[in-house]
Order: sequence, then structure tokens, then C-alpha cells
Amino acid sequence: MALNRKIAYIDLTTGEFKTAPIPIEMRELYLGGRGLDMYLLYNHIEPGVDPLGPDNVLTVSAGLLGATLASASTRTHIGAKSPLTGFIGSSNMGGYFAPELRWAGFDHLVIKGKAESPSYLWIHNGEIEIRDASDVWGENVFDTQELIRQELGDPEVKVLCIGIAGENMVRYANVMTGMKDAAGRSGMGAVMGSKNLKAIAVRGTMDLEIRFPEQALEYNQSLIEHISSTKFAKIMQKWGTMFIYGVTNTTGLVRVRNFQLNQQVGGNIECEHIEKYALGTEGCYGCIIHCRHKYQIREGPHAGIYGQGPEYTSQGAFGMEVGCNEFETVLVANHLVNKYGLDTLETGSMIAWAMELYEKGILTDEDTGNLKLEWGNDEVVLEMIKLIAERKGLGDILAEGPLRAAKKIGKDSIKYLIHVKGMSNLHSDERPTPSLALGIATGSRGSDHLRSRPAIDLYHLPQELLRKIYGGPKPYDGPLSSDYTSYEGKPRMVLWQEMMYEAIDSVGVCKFHSIFLSPNLIAFEELSKLIYYNTGLEFTPEEIWDIADRAYTIERLFNIREGLTREHDWLVDRYFDEPTPVGLPIVRNKSIDREKFKQMIDEYYEMHGWDENGVPRPETLEKLGLDAEPSHKL
Amino acid sequence: MEMILVVDHEKCTGCRACEMVCSVKHTGVNNPTRSRINVIKWPMEGFDLPMLCQQCEEAPCIAVCPKDALSQDLVLGRVTLNYDLCIGCKMCVTACPFGGMGIDTVVQRVIKCDLCDGDPTCVRFCDPGALQYVPASTVNLMKKRDAGWKFSELMKKSSLISSNE
Repeated sequence: MALNRKIAYIDLTTGEFKTAPIPIEMRELYLGGRGLDMYLLYNHIEPGVDPLGPDNVLTVSAGLLGATLASASTRTHIGAKSPLTGFIGSSNMGGYFAPELRWAGFDHLVIKGKAESPSYLWIHNGEIEIRDASDVWGENVFDTQELIRQELGDPEVKVLCIGIAGENMVRYANVMTGMKDAAGRSGMGAVMGSKNLKAIAVRGTMDLEIRFPEQALEYNQSLIEHISSTKFAKIMQKWGTMFIYGVTNTTGLVRVRNFQLNQQVGGNIECEHIEKYALGTEGCYGCIIHCRHKYQIREGPHAGIYGQGPEYTSQGAFGMEVGCNEFETVLVANHLVNKYGLDTLETGSMIAWAMELYEKGILTDEDTGNLKLEWGNDEVVLEMIKLIAERKGLGDILAEGPLRAAKKIGKDSIKYLIHVKGMSNLHSDERPTPSLALGIATGSRGSDHLRSRPAIDLYHLPQELLRKIYGGPKPYDGPLSSDYTSYEGKPRMVLWQEMMYEAIDSVGVCKFHSIFLSPNLIAFEELSKLIYYNTGLEFTPEEIWDIADRAYTIERLFNIREGLTREHDWLVDRYFDEPTPVGLPIVRNKSIDREKFKQMIDEYYEMHGWDENGVPRPETLEKLGLDAEPSHKL
Repeated sequence: MEMILVVDHEKCTGCRACEMVCSVKHTGVNNPTRSRINVIKWPMEGFDLPMLCQQCEEAPCIAVCPKDALSQDLVLGRVTLNYDLCIGCKMCVTACPFGGMGIDTVVQRVIKCDLCDGDPTCVRFCDPGALQYVPASTVNLMKKRDAGWKFSELMKKSSLISSNE
């Protein structure tokens, strides 16, 4: 059955491991993937451990629906205490790793300790080996995967690995598989690097049983037909997430030159530019959306570069934020961050911040090693990526992430950071959109658009539709404003999306299939059916919400245990003090109102059953069955 | 009307949905090694090619089968496998130049694409349309149209250039 996959506890220090079944009652409490990982992290990580020390615990997992008949049932979740924020670290990626992990017999890996020398894990049909990785230590992400496949003699082996950024413990190093699938955020690659763990290779040929094959096939086909009929799917299939640029930049909802402008003028980075370089699109396992392009640069100084993507995130990181106007720069930078194993978003944001410091004279030529960190200096941006990955010169300081770098640079540098909880924000400007601002301020892993962003708020959807989506599955009859500049009813949207994303991350299905960028996709009701047909487990939509609530609350408990207070759920001053300078009239001259924002947070805490300090109330914990955590059941 | 399952690798996104549904349809479980179709991937080059039984006219598998377990099914245009006659010698696996004959190690027998008796599940689930089930008599017409379209685009472009001059 899809429910008989095991959990493996691996101690890299001693080289010992043990496996155990995952009891159904744990599935009923956390599903799998991110949800169960959160339980494991809360139970296995001692408070206050050094995120880059051997006591940190790394979890790698497949979702409950991994490799089942649900389109894009393929996400791999990776968790640990974050070396970037010191709070919960959590990131997931597409590709083909999680299905293979399930065919190899496992759903969750809990990795502790530190290997004496560079190592990788080789997991195949229930077996686990720790192997020597000294031959691939120092290799880039692409070559590492191929070399390991060659060593193991099987081209079907799936590998997740770190690049040199992870080896050098850049605090926002990612974990990668394939050409572009990245668990990018919160520095999971640095945690692997700190454990001398270069890679995890898997291969499996074990049956994954589908509980009701006929019904699952039929239901999946109806869902696929529905999803592919949406305008969203058609646009994504053609342009990937890069299409978003056209909407947000035209409106003025992006951050340009770190945070100086909210609209890029003269940028040649629209999605249409990909046509010149594209070789077709590629899908993740079982996915009909196939949102990434395969591209190659055919001429010029960067001729020969091959990559996949880029995402909207890279357009922002290496286009808007750093003031670069050339699409090719985005393509090259995307290739480089993937090759070195850096989070594209954090890397671009750190460089943009350094550029603003250079402009303000806080960083001088002496600090930068004579690199002219000027807006739009494409070659310097590409050079900085390399320096960060190699931890050389200024790159070594920027590799420490926002807060630590600001401490090292000193002066007024911290004033120019755009971060929450020590994690940089996406290149989006949330000043005109209180719902999006609330999402980044409260996100459990730091400033983030994938934790709770109600992106469809930007569509000015009619009341009836908002009510239909956000009014359930747990009843809500409070306000829901269609106006994205309003503060009204937005905490509910954020809460709802939080639950939606927690649930979809726990079953291991891609968010692009859920209500995220389109209001017409799947939500709790459809998840309930997918889970039933594929695994036989019966949950009502309300019960799935409760599970998500439990997992999200345990993330909160983890953060509180690591010292999180209400002050951490807050934005940097620039959101309140500097109004947006440009954009369409609806977004121009907008800033966040401190008092209203404070009220929103109060409202949001109240909806969660948390007190005014953001701490879950005893009755909330009791209701969610968390009053005895950590319970050490797994 | 004889139908044929054709692969257009240019449309394939490498997602392996065909493997998943083939395996579930035939075995009730998802296990790519039990699927009759497999997408061969070169992940670092981004090239994907679905491979399956080509339903050959002069099929090497039929030729080497010592028990006549394999035969032509002229109605569905396929090579069929009669498990009542098959002795599991795997000569067909050796003879097939495409890997179209596989071995299901769970039930210990030879497997091949049976076109789902005329309604291939993989085709139904191939959203990009890389797998198509079309009349054999007009399969080349489809390719001619695709190639012709590219040609016409080129011609339009060149005539546009010359008229601009």
C-alpha cells in the first residue's frame, strides 16, 4: 500500500540506521511530507542547537500522495532548523526524487549527526548505505548527479545533492535535483554541507499500491481535464511562472533596485523573450502543467549555457532587484545559481541589498574588492554569484544571509534590508497589498510567498467567488473584501491559504495544482477524494483543514521554542515609512498602515487561537491534540 | 480501421504520466518497472523519449517464440501475447530491438503493450499529446501536415522579407 512506506533514522556520526513503519494514526494526524516532517523536527531537534552543528536534524520526505494518481504528486520536502533564520527550515522541490524514494520503500528520512568525511546516502529497495563522496565533493550540482549515476551504474538513479555553496555552508544554499528542481529556501543545503552529506541517491522498484485503481484513474482523468482546461494551465504551459512579470510589473507590485522602485522601466525581461532560447518544456513527475523551459544560449559571450527555467523568481532576483534589464543575464544567473546550489531568491536579494549599500557609500570599492556594484551591472552580478558560492571577498559576508551580513557590515546597512525573520523577501512589493504583507510577516519560515500568499486577492474576484473559496471548509461569515488594497477580511484569506499550502505540501502535490495562482484549481474537497481513492484513508475537507492546522501550529511551537516573539511577525520600516513611488494609480503612493497592520495581526492570531503574543492558547493546543508535544511517537 | 500508437518526442515533457497510468491500469499498483511503456530520459540534456512495443509487422518476438504464444492481431494491429501458451523463456525479450518486451518480476512473466484492447490509457492521460492513437492509413498525413506547417512558416517569413525589401 501507499501507506506501508517506512521512516528511516540515519546517524551519520556512527553510521548506524534503523527503520520503522509509520503508524496510520500518525498519517491521520499529519498526512506525510511537510506535515509529518514538522512533527519530526519538533520531536527530534533539541531547542537551541546550532543549525550547522551535528545536532541539527535533517528530514527528507515524500508526501502521502507521492507517485499516486494525482497530477504532480512529486514534491520532495526537506526540513531542518534553518541556518538562515534560526527558526523552522522547510523547503520542497519538484522533479523525480520523491516517487523514487517511495519505490525504494521510504517516505521519511531523519538524518542526524555528521559524517567524518564527505559522504552520500545510497538508498535502494529498503537498503541504506553510507558511501564515500570524496570524488564528487567540489563538483557542481549537475556533474555530481551524473557522476553518482555513473558510479552506481544505473541511469535511473535519482539524486538530490548540494553544490559548492552547500559545501561552503552558504546560509541560503539549496538542495537540488535535476537541472532546476530546488528546495531553495531556508538554507537546507547548508545543513547538508555541515553534515558532510553531499547527496542522497535513490532507486526503487517496489510496488506502490493504489487503493482503488479504477476510481483513482477515473477521478484523476477528470481532474486533469478540468485543470488543463483552465486559462491558468494554458498560460503556465506556454510561459511558466514568468508570465506573472507582465501583470505585476505593469501594475507596480515588484521591487526594483532593492526597494527603491516598484516598477521596472526599460526591462527586456518579459516572458516572451524565452522563445529565442527555448528548446521546449519539461514536466515534473506526472504533471500536466510542465511549467519549465529548457533553454540554451546559442551565441555571444555565454554561448553554450544550457539550463531549465527560469522562474519568475529569477526574473526578479537577477532582473528587477539588481536593476538588470537583459533577459540573457537572468538566464545566465539562473544557470549559475543552480550549478552552485544557491537559492536564487536570497542570492539576488543579497546582491541587490549590497548594491544599495554601495550606492549609499556604506560599502566602498575597498569592501567590494573594486567590483562596481552599480545597478544594472550585469557582469558584476554574475561575478557576485560566484563569489558568494565560493565565499570569497564580499561574497563571504553576503553568504551569511541578511542579518548576519548586516551585523558584519555595520553602519546603517540593516536599514536597507528587506527581510522578515532574517529571510529575504521575494521581489514583490507588498506595500499596496495588505493581505500579501500579512502573509510574509507571519510566514513560519520567514518572509515568504509560498507559506500563505493569497495571490488570487490580486484578481479583484467577485464576492460570491471569494465566499465560495474562503468561506469553507471551516465556516467563516466575516468580511471578505474584493479590493486588494483593503485590510478587511484579509487575515482569513491568509489563514485559508496557510492551511491549503500545508495540506498540499503534506500530500506532496505541487501548489500550482491548488488554489494559489488561479481560483479554479483544487482545494480541500478534491484533496479529500484524491486521498481516499489513492490510499483509502477517509478525511472530510474539514478534517484535512484540522490536520493542516495541527502541522502549522507545530511549526509555530518550534519557532516559539527557538525564541520567536510577536516582534518577529513584523515588516521592516520601509514598508510603513516609504510610500510606493510609481505604478498604476491603485498602487501608487501606498504604504502599510502600522495601526491597521497591528490589528490585522491581532485578528490573524485570534483566528488561529493564539494569544496576543502569538502563542497558541492551551485550549487551542488541546483541541489540536498538541498539548503533550513533543510526544516522541516517531 | 487499423489504428496505430505514435510517439511525437518533440511534444513529450518527460513527465512519465504514461508509465504511471499504464502500470496502474495493468497491475493496480504504480511501479514503472511493471509499466509497458517507459520514458527514457536524459535529465541533464532535457531529452525525453517514450519507448514501447512498436507492434512490428515482421516481429522478431513472434519469429523467436517457440510456442507460438505471440501472434499478429490484425483487427487491432498489434502483436498479442497468449499467456496460456507462453512458457516464459524470454527469447522475445532478447529478440526485441526496442525493449518492447519486458519482464514483470512480481508476477514472473513477460509483458508487452496490448494497446489496452483499443483504448490506450497512456494516450488518454498524455496531456501534451506526445502519444496519439490514430488511423494507420493516415499516420503519415499527420506528419506531412506538421512538416508542411514548418515549411509554410518558413516560406511566409521569406516572402515577407522579400516584400519588405
